[in-house]
Amino acid sequence: MSTTVEETHHDTHHDHKPSGIGRWLFTTNHKDIGSMYLWFSFIMFLTGGAMAMVIRAELFQPGLQLVEPHFFNQMTTVHGLIMVFGAVMPAFTGLANWMIPMMIGAPDMALPRMNNWSFWILPFAFIILLGSLFMEGGGPAFGWTFYAPLSTTYSSDSTALFVFSIHIMGISSIMGAINVIVTIMNMRAPGMNYMKMPLFVWTWLITAFLLIAVMPVLAGAVTMVLTDKYFGTSFFDAAGGGDPVMFQHIFWFFGHPEVYIMILPSFGIISAIIPAFTRKRLFGYASMVYATAAIALLSFLVWAHHMFTTGMPVFAELFFMYCTMLIAVPTGVKIFNWVATMWRGSMTFETPMLFALAFVILFTIGGFSGLMLAITPVDFQYHDTYFVVAHFHYVLVTGAIFSIMAASYYWLPKWTGHMYDTTLAKTHFWTSLISVNVLFFPMHFAGLAGMPRRIPDYATQFADINQIASIGGFAFGLSQLIFLWVVIKCVKGGEKAEAKPWDGAEGLEWTVPSPAPYHTFEKPPKVE
Amino acid sequence: MSDQRPDNSILVKRLLLTVAGMFAFGFALVPLYDVFCEVTGFNGRTSNEAAVYQEVEVDESRTVNVQFITRNAKGIPWKFEPSTKQVKIHPGEVKVVNFLASNPTSSNMVAQAIPSVAPAEASLYLNKVECFCFNQQPLAAGADTEMPMQFYLDPDIPDHINTLTLSYTLYDMTANTSAEQMAQLLKTE
Repeated sequence: MSTTVEETHHDTHHDHKPSGIGRWLFTTNHKDIGSMYLWFSFIMFLTGGAMAMVIRAELFQPGLQLVEPHFFNQMTTVHGLIMVFGAVMPAFTGLANWMIPMMIGAPDMALPRMNNWSFWILPFAFIILLGSLFMEGGGPAFGWTFYAPLSTTYSSDSTALFVFSIHIMGISSIMGAINVIVTIMNMRAPGMNYMKMPLFVWTWLITAFLLIAVMPVLAGAVTMVLTDKYFGTSFFDAAGGGDPVMFQHIFWFFGHPEVYIMILPSFGIISAIIPAFTRKRLFGYASMVYATAAIALLSFLVWAHHMFTTGMPVFAELFFMYCTMLIAVPTGVKIFNWVATMWRGSMTFETPMLFALAFVILFTIGGFSGLMLAITPVDFQYHDTYFVVAHFHYVLVTGAIFSIMAASYYWLPKWTGHMYDTTLAKTHFWTSLISVNVLFFPMHFAGLAGMPRRIPDYATQFADINQIASIGGFAFGLSQLIFLWVVIKCVKGGEKAEAKPWDGAEGLEWTVPSPAPYHTFEKPPKVE
Repeated sequence: MSDQRPDNSILVKRLLLTVAGMFAFGFALVPLYDVFCEVTGFNGRTSNEAAVYQEVEVDESRTVNVQFITRNAKGIPWKFEPSTKQVKIHPGEVKVVNFLASNPTSSNMVAQAIPSVAPAEASLYLNKVECFCFNQQPLAAGADTEMPMQFYLDPDIPDHINTLTLSYTLYDMTANTSAEQMAQLLKTE
């Protein structure tokens, strides 16, 4: 009944949307769901960011000032979980929802009702996770990697809530990934063959396969933690014949591909933005596709480089060291392709391009510190120090997050129909760029000098470095409020955006008006 | 419009099957890991089953240091130590080392010792003919015991291994043992 009513409405008013909260609760529209994912991700980014502020405030000087060590551990743990599963991954899923159908000329995602579900279970997962912080004994305090026996024998009673929230997040991303794969494989417009797809679509397709391969393994790992803690099994308990080191193998078998899940879509974004503001075609399209696939395959062969200090045979250490270093080859292909794209191009420096350029440089720094960590003998010194913290924040913050910012500025005119305030946006860029380096670059030195990670207190010789990092941290946190301001201002109004506001941009998404109508490509476009 | 497109349900079913398969694979990693450790000696595990001593030629030309370490897991107040910290033996030679344990508490307890060998690759060449670690160890309140461990080194042990360390961690298993089981264990002792 209700569907017939809706269909008649569709016929009469093309852009009709249900009004009120119902529109958002029951929507199956990829643009609505994409917007909800992006807003959700931003709220989580601020939530996880607030926890980072607690961490940096406590580390501002040696000694224990503001929080108890146990609460500090909960902050580092939940900060990590929220940023990985709440901020970066939903942001990419949101971008996929918004852009993939428009990029391949499809009217919507292939499985719109499942799409609604995969978004709407997410807030509950994070309510459960954040709620566990208020339970007696506190929330998860074992690090986002929840190594056994920290998460089994020594964890608080609320660990079951952590496990269930991870289960829900996993189900959400698996549903999202299935949706992306089916959409890309079955809903491309006629003529849009695989090697014509924009790289954002390609990188997301490969990411989605990684997701369905490893998220179930994560679900298995948390289930084993659950049964070990509450039902007397001994997967990770040596007393009962299990092995705690096995936890690390299973976790990182998920964890390393997960790292690439959080960066491959960035490569797609950067591969869209750099050609647009260089006014040249992307250099080496096919090699970009193959490099992405190569990185994805190699990601399954390198997990033990997170565990060099667990006492592996030398042969295994060498194997994982060389495989890890091999990843630098396809990644290097990408970096050089972007540089070659810019070579002799007519470059202009709009905000998306600024973020993209910062991405290329700073992500490469993160990649290089990754190569240093890959060297087994020196990893024994770097392991579990701030050097590792510096490394993965360079690849995740100035890598993944900067690419999401770049994507937001690049497609905001398409989403809202307005140009954003360029002065504010550039202020956001420059304050972020400077503060993020003040925040994370000194951590390299703290780590090399031997400062361990995940501690609320430290030896006094690290005081200056930490003070500088904390000041950078507060500035970076505040800078993100400028981003919120820019986005709200842009949603509310501003200079009218043309269908294609960037003259060098390419792709089907620029052939529809700005803002993109509620329904696009109901008739598939012609792709030559 | 939709009839031109391939059927989504086939692809969705395949993808769901992949997801289920990978979930199962996560659990399959557990036995796979055990097999892998057993075959390669990875992670310093030793066999939980008694090795049958085969007449092997004792290699008098080599001497290997075998060191013993004991450690109590959190929450077990037993005294637990080897009668000797180190023995020098020839590969192929059978040796017995006693471990002493006493239960200073006023309640009956059951413990399990878990062995681990460093360097890990040496674990493949350490053969235990008899070991208290094969079974759980009951001790009545205030009692003490001497627990034998009989072993020999495989003469194929690589030349570069001159010292190996066998470590036992003692875990309290009392909570997992019912009163009847406890009585049974103490009686057979």
